[in-house]
Amino acid sequence: MKRYAKSHEWVEVVDNSATVGISKFAAEELGDVTYLEMPELGSEIKAGEMLGSIESVKAASDIFAPIGGTVIAVNEALATDPAILNQSPEEEEGWICRLEKINAADLAKLMSEAEYLEFVRK
Amino acid sequence: MKLIYDLSVPGRRGVRLPECDVPEKNSTDLPENLRRSEAAALPEVSELDAVRHFTLLSRQNMGVDTHFYPLGSCTMKYNPKINERVAALPGFAELHPLLPQLRNGNALCQGALEVLYETERLLSTLTGFAATTLQPMAGASGELTSVMMFAAYHKARGDQKRKIILIPDSAHGTNPASAVAAGFVCQEIPSNAEGDIDIEKLKAVLSDQVAGIMLTCPNTLGFFNQKVEEVTLLVHEAGGLAYCDGANFNAILGRIRPGDLGFDAMHMNTHKTFSTPHGGGGPGAGAVGVAARLIPFLPKSRVVKNAEDTFELCYDFPQSIGYVAPFYGNFGILLRAYTYLLMCGCKGFQRISENAVLNANYVRFLLAPYYEQKYERSCMHECVLSASRQTTRGVHALDIAKALLDAGFHAPTIYFPLIVPEALMVEPTETESKQTLDEFCDAMIAIAKEAEKNPEQVKRCPQSTPVGRLDEVAAARQPVLTAR
Amino acid sequence: MPFIANTDTDRQAMLAALGCPSMEELWKRANVPAPTFDFSQLPEGKSEFEAARHLQHLAGKNATDLVCFMGMGYYDHFIPAAVAEILGQSGFYTAYTPYQAEASQGTLQAIFEWQSAICRLTGMEVSNASLYDGGTAVFEAMAMALRVGKRREIVISDAISPIFREMLKCYSANLNCQIKYIPACEEKSDQESLLAAVTDQTACVIVQYPNVFGTMEAWADTVGAIKAKGALAVCVSYPTALALLKTPGELGFDIVVGEGQPLGLPLSFGGPYLGYMCTSMKLMRKMPGRIVGQAKDAQGRIGYVLTMQAREQHIRRENAMSNICSNENLCALGALAYMTLLGKEGLRNVAELCLSKAHYAMERLTAISGVQRIGDSPFFNEFVLRLPGDAGEIAGRLVCKGFAAGMPLGKYYPGRENQLLVSVTEKRSRAEINLLADHLEAVL
Repeated sequence: MKRYAKSHEWVEVVDNSATVGISKFAAEELGDVTYLEMPELGSEIKAGEMLGSIESVKAASDIFAPIGGTVIAVNEALATDPAILNQSPEEEEGWICRLEKINAADLAKLMSEAEYLEFVRK
Repeated sequence: MKLIYDLSVPGRRGVRLPECDVPEKNSTDLPENLRRSEAAALPEVSELDAVRHFTLLSRQNMGVDTHFYPLGSCTMKYNPKINERVAALPGFAELHPLLPQLRNGNALCQGALEVLYETERLLSTLTGFAATTLQPMAGASGELTSVMMFAAYHKARGDQKRKIILIPDSAHGTNPASAVAAGFVCQEIPSNAEGDIDIEKLKAVLSDQVAGIMLTCPNTLGFFNQKVEEVTLLVHEAGGLAYCDGANFNAILGRIRPGDLGFDAMHMNTHKTFSTPHGGGGPGAGAVGVAARLIPFLPKSRVVKNAEDTFELCYDFPQSIGYVAPFYGNFGILLRAYTYLLMCGCKGFQRISENAVLNANYVRFLLAPYYEQKYERSCMHECVLSASRQTTRGVHALDIAKALLDAGFHAPTIYFPLIVPEALMVEPTETESKQTLDEFCDAMIAIAKEAEKNPEQVKRCPQSTPVGRLDEVAAARQPVLTAR
Repeated sequence: MPFIANTDTDRQAMLAALGCPSMEELWKRANVPAPTFDFSQLPEGKSEFEAARHLQHLAGKNATDLVCFMGMGYYDHFIPAAVAEILGQSGFYTAYTPYQAEASQGTLQAIFEWQSAICRLTGMEVSNASLYDGGTAVFEAMAMALRVGKRREIVISDAISPIFREMLKCYSANLNCQIKYIPACEEKSDQESLLAAVTDQTACVIVQYPNVFGTMEAWADTVGAIKAKGALAVCVSYPTALALLKTPGELGFDIVVGEGQPLGLPLSFGGPYLGYMCTSMKLMRKMPGRIVGQAKDAQGRIGYVLTMQAREQHIRRENAMSNICSNENLCALGALAYMTLLGKEGLRNVAELCLSKAHYAMERLTAISGVQRIGDSPFFNEFVLRLPGDAGEIAGRLVCKGFAAGMPLGKYYPGRENQLLVSVTEKRSRAEINLLADHLEAVL
């Protein structure tokens, strides 16, 4: 079950670890992604802090952590083929990073998919 | 076109140098650990091949000398050829910048120092500022110089709290970038329905933490804000300073002086307003005019005139922010601007802004039936149209720009300012004739009609240029940034 | 009238189309108030002929006939006539920044070739399209190092150009960083002290090679040690010297910057000049400035585009790598033309002539009683003389003999008032050097 942040990231939690990506809306807004700047492995992030950034030909957007945690993995495939993020931002292959030791309390501040779609519509 | 490296043949040489008339030394005379192992793989071509290569390359460009170039906010006016002749005079081109460092060195460059002094005086009078620095090497450099002087001003008053610079959402990207480079934090202020800064919103954010505001005047939509004096007054009352981004100065040259509107500093682009060439992206010069209270912080050195009407460089300014440029500014560029200023004269400045404004309004009028305009008001030297009507047929500002290239015109500025969707910003400048404007508008109208009838055709443009639309995405994903 | 095309008739027709009775009315409609300043205070406009004559007169009041032995980063090198011809092509100088790539392939390909040339000269992997000048390039390198990690300390050798040092002071005044300057030792950089000053908070170390005094130093070991401590190694380099010297790339430097004026740009009393910046592919995305890359169109034709613009101010705004907008495009083109016209062998030839003549000059000048060279390290085309008196005063006397004998160091280096930095390029003949020596001997 994905939860969404106002800054267009999604997070999916299983036990004490989480996977983070960006929404389809965000991917469309950015246009063809050319490069991703990923967070450092092992870095401890709080909700709302900058995780990295995504560049397209005409734009650049920062990615913010939807919840707090420690970065334990980043999706290396996106470095060689950033197009994956445009093709499948919300599918399995489109994951950006994984967090552990997450701060579950942060989830309450996020939106459900329905709430997010409504938010974007406005 | 082939790269110069592809044209190279080992052993070919261009220009020759004289024989060595002293005992010869070469790299074998250097200690081995300092010696270059192989000569740098620079091109190996004859002089003719070099000249041919670059001449052909130059023909792959559109320039003002061959095409109408209505880039909004760039002021692509004619580059007078006399400027080029003057800059090439050996008496200027061969002058070493360190000569004034010799004892009585100022006496060796009186002509150059007079150029700097007179240019400074002319610009100060034109803009209504107490003094002008000619050191900044481009517009963005001028912006940075201005905010650095703001920082110095507040620091000198012992005011450590003022960390914020206010910037309208319509501003050019260099504004916030410059503010940050000077150690400030930016706060965005929204524009109102007229594209002007929202006074009520401004009042709400003014505080003793605000160091200043950066305004573009006329603004980035090409409008003159009648309330500008109210804005600068409010900012001053809150203890802040007001900076004017003078990129659009061509619109008010000879009529309005930003110094009279309460601004404390303003940068000018000589490569916009004062006819120095754009050069494909520089060099330019970004002179900055300042109000009296900022004079102590101006970059040094400054040229002063003595009682005997001689000129000298003075470095004795203890509160100066220091060296913004290695020397006195981009002198070769300033020379061109000075020559132009001399030729314009008092009546000329007035005529420039009048004709620039009239030309832009004429274009706006002719294109109004075909292109959306977010703001229904007379513009200044540039008009902002929108391709929003055309997007209903799938045609975007980018497509229109490319279609114009096929029609033999350089495109206007697109997608700026950000607050107008599908923006097309047209600045004809005063050096273009009614005839050219009519031809341009005919082409724009034809494209609008084509976008209606046959949008796919517009999206295929350009077809007549040396290359078509390039895959920028692939270029950014797998960058190839040097020749193999 | 300054190049205005339209006549009164044209203007009347345009105003009529707008339904506007007069220009004053149009100003009103645009909400522009009437002028409050009396612009007639400004002089009347001059014709082209009068303006040219006035400027000729001013040009005549500058001493460009002095035989030049001044350098310190800005050199009197020979510039082939074809460089000006190439830069004078209107397609190059009347064009704008190449945002519409299809209409700007000339500029874009030329920058690509420039980037390639400067990379080959410095031994580095990637370059940007140029920066304003050497001083801002050094600052941008420093800012880049601060962006790369979280370290806030900068260590700088005081054997870099004092002009650059002043500019760094100005630009870094409001930045959150600490700068440590390590004094030079006579004609050398103090490599030991430089290294000792590097801590785990050091973002980068900046050195000049050859240094400001002309000395060529071995940096490989120190660079290795700097990098081992996790700091970046930045090299400021005189491009002509690199034709003979082991490249900064080979020495392991992370960022190489410098002043490109020696590559075919006129001295022009201070500008326009040319900053260059090169780095590794690893650091490429943190590099400021425009960058040109290769691209293909739908038909597979190769072209060139501004790429990775997402780093720049017009997209990133306050998060940009830098506020820089212009590069020094025409100057970079001039440097490219120069490097092409001289070519691989020609640039090496220039450097060899500089080396030869500088050494000859040093021999002749130090043969004069009372004149000594500071130190004995290997040098390229500049060296420092200790004179038996104030160097500025002595150099001043040589001006009357028709020589700009060198740069008196006292202005920028307290304690070095008796020292003169003498620079020799390929333009200086044996006869000129001999004359300089004779005159110097005479005035002492």
